[in-house]
Amino acid sequence: CSVTLCSFKQLSRPWGACQAGWRSTFSRSAPDVASHQPAEVASSFPPLQTYTEEEGMMREAVKKYAQERIAPLVSKMDENSHMDEEVIKSLFEQGLMGIEIDPEYGGTGSSFFSSILVIEELAKVDPSVAVLCDIQNTLINTLFVKLGTPAQKEKYLNRLSTDMIGSFCLSEAESGSDAFALKTRAEKHKDYYVINGSKMWISNAEHAGVFLVMANVDLSAGYRGITCFIVDRDTEGLEIGKKENKLGLRASSTCPLNFDNIKVPEKNILGEVGHGYKYAIGMLNEGRIGIAAQMLGLAQGCFDHTVPYTRQRVQFGKRIFDFQGMQHQIAHVATQIEAARLLTYNAARLKEAGRTFIKEACMAKYFSAEVATLTTSKCIEWMGGVGFTKDYPIEKYYRDCKIGTIYEGTTNIQLSTMAKFIDKEYNV
Amino acid sequence: MSGRVLVGVKRVIDYAVKIRVKPDNTGVVTDGVKHSMNPFCEIAVEEAVKLKEKKLIKEVVAVSCGPQQSQETIRTALAMGADRGIHVDVSGKDYENLGPLQVSKILAALAKQEDAQLILLGKQAIDDDCNQTGQMTAALLDWPQGTFASEVSLEGDKINLVREIDGGLEHIKINTPAVITADLRLNTPRYATLPNIMDSLMNNETELHKPNHRTSLCVGLIPLFETVAPEDMQGGTDRSGAMLRHTVLQSGKPKRIILSCLCI
Repeated sequence: CSVTLCSFKQLSRPWGACQAGWRSTFSRSAPDVASHQPAEVASSFPPLQTYTEEEGMMREAVKKYAQERIAPLVSKMDENSHMDEEVIKSLFEQGLMGIEIDPEYGGTGSSFFSSILVIEELAKVDPSVAVLCDIQNTLINTLFVKLGTPAQKEKYLNRLSTDMIGSFCLSEAESGSDAFALKTRAEKHKDYYVINGSKMWISNAEHAGVFLVMANVDLSAGYRGITCFIVDRDTEGLEIGKKENKLGLRASSTCPLNFDNIKVPEKNILGEVGHGYKYAIGMLNEGRIGIAAQMLGLAQGCFDHTVPYTRQRVQFGKRIFDFQGMQHQIAHVATQIEAARLLTYNAARLKEAGRTFIKEACMAKYFSAEVATLTTSKCIEWMGGVGFTKDYPIEKYYRDCKIGTIYEGTTNIQLSTMAKFIDKEYNV
Repeated sequence: MSGRVLVGVKRVIDYAVKIRVKPDNTGVVTDGVKHSMNPFCEIAVEEAVKLKEKKLIKEVVAVSCGPQQSQETIRTALAMGADRGIHVDVSGKDYENLGPLQVSKILAALAKQEDAQLILLGKQAIDDDCNQTGQMTAALLDWPQGTFASEVSLEGDKINLVREIDGGLEHIKINTPAVITADLRLNTPRYATLPNIMDSLMNNETELHKPNHRTSLCVGLIPLFETVAPEDMQGGTDRSGAMLRHTVLQSGKPKRIILSCLCI
C-alpha cells in the first residue's frame, strides 16, 4: 500500500484500495484461516500453515469429533478425575490411537504431522484427552514401530491401534530430570529378567494394558545398563498405585507403579540391552513436539472461548474488546500463540524431512508451554469474575497448562539443552 | 435390481459460518469461506451406508454437481463409506445458475446411466432451502418419492417409509426404484474415521462428468435480481389487550422479499 507516496489530496483513494485489499484476504470464518485457503497458492516455499489434503481432512474430522463427542464430557471428567470409557473407546474407533501405525496392523498409516494436528485439535477441547493420544502415538507406538521385532509388532501393534493403551515408565521418585539415575533394576536369570523397583508419575497407568519399563540391568555400568522392557498389565508382581489427585489434567490418570520380583522374558526386551537411554532420549525428542502441540491447542482453545465473550460483554457503553488496553493485550497473546504454532509446525516438518530438529523441538515445547501459561492467565482476567468460576471452561485451561512447563522435560532442562546446541554452533 | 444407490451430496457454506451478503448485492460471500457437505446430505449418505452394511443394497455412489472443490465433498462421502464418486463438473457462470431443476435433470440422467435402484438426497440444502431437487428428480424419472423421511426400511422390492409432515407422521409404502429425501431425524451421521479418510484419499474411483447441453445448463431459469440481508428487527410495541388485527399490523416490519420470476 503506497499511501505514504501519495499527495494528501489523493490519500483517500489509495487508502481505500488498501483497505479493500486487506479485507479480501481476511477470512470471516473461525480463527484457523489457513485450512480454507486453496492449496494451489503458487509458491515453492508454502507457508507453514499449509496442509496436505490428508492432513486437512483429518483435522476437520477430529475437530468435529472432539466438539461433539468429547466437549460435553470434559467438565465431568475433570471433576471426577476420571477419563470416560466411552471417550477412550471412541478415540480408538476414530483411528486416533494408531495414527502412524501401518494399516497392516490396524493403524491409520498417516504421518507425524497428522498426529501433531490431531493432538492440537484434541487439546483445544480437552488437554487430558490430547495427552492420552499424544503418549500413545508419539512415545509408545513409535518405540514399537522403530524397535519392535516382527513378533513384538505382531503381538502389540494391532492391539495398540485398536483397543490397548500403553504407558511409558521412566521417572521415579528419586529421578525425574536426572532420568538416568533410575534405580529400578533387572537381574538376568537364564532367559528371563526379574525386575524390582518402582516408578512414579506414570500417565495413562489406570487404563494401560502394556507398560514400557526402563530398568537397569547393570547398575555399575550407569546409564549404559538401562534397558527397555515390555511389561504386560497382568504380570504377577506388577502393582499399580492409586492415582494422584492433581491440579490439572485430572482426567488423565497419573499413578505410581511398583515392581515386586516381576518376571519378564528376554524376548520382551524392546531393542537392545543397555541401549534404553538412547531410545528414551530419542523418543522424548519427538514427544516434545507432541507436547508443544498440546500446549498450543490448549492456548488456542482457551483463547477461542474467551474472545467471543469480550466481544459480547459491554461495560461503559462499549464492548470490552473495544478498549485499547484490552485490544493490545489480546493482540499480544494472539501473536504469541501464532509464534508458538510456527515453532511447533516447523519442528514437526523438520523431523518429517529427516533434518536435525532437537533444538527446534526444545524451543517449541518450551515456548508453547510458556504461551499456554500466559494465555490462560490473561483469559481469566479478560473474562473477569466468570473466568474464575467452574461454570466456564477457562479456569480448567489455566489449571491444565501448568504441567506443560514440567513434564517431558522441564523448562530448565529444555533451556539447558538448547544452550548446549547453541554452544556447539559457535564452536568453530 | 442392480442394488445401486445414488446419493446426492452438495457442497454448501458450513452451517456455523456467519453469512455475509456481497457489497454489490449479487449474492453472498463465498471466497475463502469454509464449505462443507450439506447436513441433510450427510444424513442421506449415512442412510445409504447403513443399508449397505445391512446388505440390503450393494453399492453406494456419491454424486456432486459443482466446481473442482466438490471433489472434497465427494471424498467426505467416500470416507463415510460410499464406494465411489461421480463429480459432475459445473463451474463459472453455469455454477452460479445451477438450481434444482438442472440438478434433478442431471441426477435423472445418471440414475438411468448407472441403473440405480434408489436415489437418496437430503430434503433440502441449507444455502437455498429449495426443497425441490428430490421431488423434481422423481417426477422426471416418473418414480415414486418418499420425502421428509424419518424412517426407511426395505421390504423386498418395496420401501416402507415414515414421513414427517405437518400433521404428524405419515406411513407409506412405495415401489422401487424410488427417490427418498432425508429429514433430520432419519439417523445420526457417523464421523469419518481417520483410516477411512486415508482410504478415501487413495480411492481413485471418482469419475468426472461434463454435462451436455441436453441438460440445459446454459440458461439460468430463475433470474436473480438482488440479494439483501434482512433488515434489523425493530422493537415491537406492547399491545397486550388490543385486538389481534392491530397487533399484527403494528408489530415489527415485514422482511424484504427477493423478487424472482419463473420463466419456463
